[in-house]
Amino acid sequence: MLEGQFRNPSGCAISGVIDRSGRRMSGECMIRSISTMHDRSNGLGGGFAGYGIYPEYKDYYAFHLFYDGAASKKETEDFIGSHFDVAFQSAISTRKTAGVTDAPVIFRYFVLPDSRKLETRKLDEEEYVVRAVNKINTEIKGAYVFSCGKNMGIFKGVGFPEDIGRFYRLDEYEGYAWTCHGRYPTNTPGWWGGAHPFGLLDYSVVHNGEISSYDANRRWIEMYGYKCNLQTDTEVITYIVDFLLRKKKLTLGEVAKVIAASFWTTIDSKPEEDREQEILLRKMFPSLLINGPFSIIFGYTGGLMALNDRLKLRSMVVAERGERAYIASEECAIRAIEPELDYVRAPRGGEPVIFELNGGVK
Amino acid sequence: MEPLFVYPEYEIVRDRESCITCRVCERQCANEAHRYDEFNRKMLSDSTKCVNCHRCVALCPTHALKIKKSEDTYKLNANWTGDALNEIYRQAGTGGVLLSSMGNPKPYPVYWDRLLVNASQVTNPSIDPLREPMETTVYLGSKHAEIVRDERGRIKDTLAPQLKLKTPILFSAMSYGSISYNAHASLARAAEQLGIYYNTGEGGLHRDFYKYGKNTIVQVASGRFGVHPEYLEAAAAIEIKMGQGAKPGIGGHLPGAKITDAVSTTRMIPKGVDAISPAPHHDIYSIEDLRQLIFSLKEATAYKKPVIVKIAAVHNVAAIASGIARSGADIIAIDGFRGGTGAAPTRIRDNVGIPIELALAAVDTRLREEGIRDNVSILAAGSIRSSSDLVKAIALGADACYIGTAALVALGCHLCRSCHTGKCNWGIATQRPELVKRLNPEMGVERLVNLVTAWTHELQEMMGGMGLNSIEALRGNRLMLRGVGLTEKELEILGVKHAGE
Repeated sequence: MLEGQFRNPSGCAISGVIDRSGRRMSGECMIRSISTMHDRSNGLGGGFAGYGIYPEYKDYYAFHLFYDGAASKKETEDFIGSHFDVAFQSAISTRKTAGVTDAPVIFRYFVLPDSRKLETRKLDEEEYVVRAVNKINTEIKGAYVFSCGKNMGIFKGVGFPEDIGRFYRLDEYEGYAWTCHGRYPTNTPGWWGGAHPFGLLDYSVVHNGEISSYDANRRWIEMYGYKCNLQTDTEVITYIVDFLLRKKKLTLGEVAKVIAASFWTTIDSKPEEDREQEILLRKMFPSLLINGPFSIIFGYTGGLMALNDRLKLRSMVVAERGERAYIASEECAIRAIEPELDYVRAPRGGEPVIFELNGGVK
Repeated sequence: MEPLFVYPEYEIVRDRESCITCRVCERQCANEAHRYDEFNRKMLSDSTKCVNCHRCVALCPTHALKIKKSEDTYKLNANWTGDALNEIYRQAGTGGVLLSSMGNPKPYPVYWDRLLVNASQVTNPSIDPLREPMETTVYLGSKHAEIVRDERGRIKDTLAPQLKLKTPILFSAMSYGSISYNAHASLARAAEQLGIYYNTGEGGLHRDFYKYGKNTIVQVASGRFGVHPEYLEAAAAIEIKMGQGAKPGIGGHLPGAKITDAVSTTRMIPKGVDAISPAPHHDIYSIEDLRQLIFSLKEATAYKKPVIVKIAAVHNVAAIASGIARSGADIIAIDGFRGGTGAAPTRIRDNVGIPIELALAAVDTRLREEGIRDNVSILAAGSIRSSSDLVKAIALGADACYIGTAALVALGCHLCRSCHTGKCNWGIATQRPELVKRLNPEMGVERLVNLVTAWTHELQEMMGGMGLNSIEALRGNRLMLRGVGLTEKELEILGVKHAGE
């Protein structure tokens, strides 16, 4: 069975770094960070997201695709050709790596929506892209878009994360922020699309946990046009965040108060203004409360947000050193790449920790 | 014409050794099944008058009494059962419609008993409700709202009015008239203590109970009994009763004998005359008419109170609910065919409507398919017997459950299904003062509070086992359920997988 045909509970490791001055760093640091937590993965999935890695094509949507063969590639490229202007396309270069086998065909396209089609569809640009990606992923057999944001990219596959990083030659990319994920699924995912991070536009999510509210969240978000094809937590969390952030225009802090809402008893003890807003958010979006253990790093253009479930049922620490901020499942993953830290701390359950570029995206 | 003699279904058995002829049984039985034989100085019983309410059994100080199923039988016949014959004898004797009370007793499938609940193992932890908060608070009402911000960027409260429940349970509609003053007092005060709601049913609101208004749902039904501006104003929410699970498609009939002075005043109807609620609302012959009534009630109460529309679970329930969700209702209550009643034609009670489990699942699924599940909250009713039924109902998609029969049982009801006679020995379904006073509201409140508190604890235990700490995360979470012994079609309608999948 392939990922998406069953629920596949996973344990995981996550790590992330951002340089708030916008200075770019190679993906090597993330590979080193995640490899420290080797035992939190079992070789059945690893992946990375890098932000600011495509400065020369920063205004284009960077599509990363898996193909199972030439036929699906041809069909997808016909579709992309008729819906987008393609500025550049090529295979994503990889390196032969022990421990990484059965790789699909992996391609990258820098595209902009076809302006005439965009005009007739009466959609905003991002919605147009989201729908096109959904169409490829659900309708073209053997093709899968696993990254589609601007000036960012996701790289993932089946294997240990450090091997996947080397396979994708991430030491040759430079970004101002990185996240990564090592997966410990209880069943074999069967294909590379099931690995994480999961992305939508420039949003990416890495997550460690198994949410017990999954079906309540899934059935609710599917009312709003999302389709949870992979049946993974990460997928539904990404859609929820996308819905609240992009469609409902909530702030990141408000999103955190929806998905990791404070307990009613905590809300009751808050100052009146906060109390009113938090009660209102819980009343408005009760079905988007995410229950059960999770620790996520949410990546977006210009920032990273760390968030734990409200009981903090998964470990996660944050740290800073100068302009650099770090988030990881275990402190060792941070110390491995920055032994000297200004501080390291464990955020409380439900407390969003947001690190953003000082002067916007460079 | 007198019906043919039918041997009683249950027999009163008295242990002569234990009986001390204290005559408690005699005094307690409004049906006069017991009497004292002065001459022989012993108690006699007439089983033909017994409704098997167990009042005498429960109160006999020496436990000398029991009621057992009669062994008398006609020649056994799987088709022409004893019940079938007896009912014909009764109808041949009277020419009348058979009446009965409470819920459908027939052996239809109970889907609650074919659904199993999940628990966490290894990959995620179960949560201990004794250590961690376990939230059962739920807000009912439409969640559909645009995000609008004030000049300071704060989100404005554009939500429709909401009902806050501390636990996802409400007491079902039971009218004053069908049940007693003391039963109503118990329900109202228990609802207040528990932070939940009780429902007036179509019987108006007794003056004494206006003070419980913030925990009261008032009903507007086809007879419009007791409806006036102050009544609507007093309540936390208004329920339009379109149908009832125990008797879909028909109205109500409160016999004149139950219409005492107080009932007459409260209902605004003449004393001693049968009160008939028509089968339909005669101002609602279609969905657009319902919309008008919903908005009339909202206009009358300045859009400050949620409006509930209660329907019986019938074959086309999903489409009907979908129509209601687009008609301005804030909450839809669905009442399954095992729901109770104070009186219903037996044939209707036993043969009309569908099980709440299937109706609830079908409605929740349909509203989600149509993208309008957020427009309304859903209440499930019609035989929620325990906290596990409650858990399963919420996992199927209910926001909360109405309990009627369970609440009455907590007050002492023994399900003798004879409410329509008005001679309830437990002081519940009667207006006779000497019977009503048997139900002490102080104890009634305590028993109701105990029951709901116990169920809430059990709900929290099961939630914790599933790794949940908020009731919101259970609602519609059908992966938490598995069917056992169900057909593909049943599983499809319930939207759950089979155990082992």
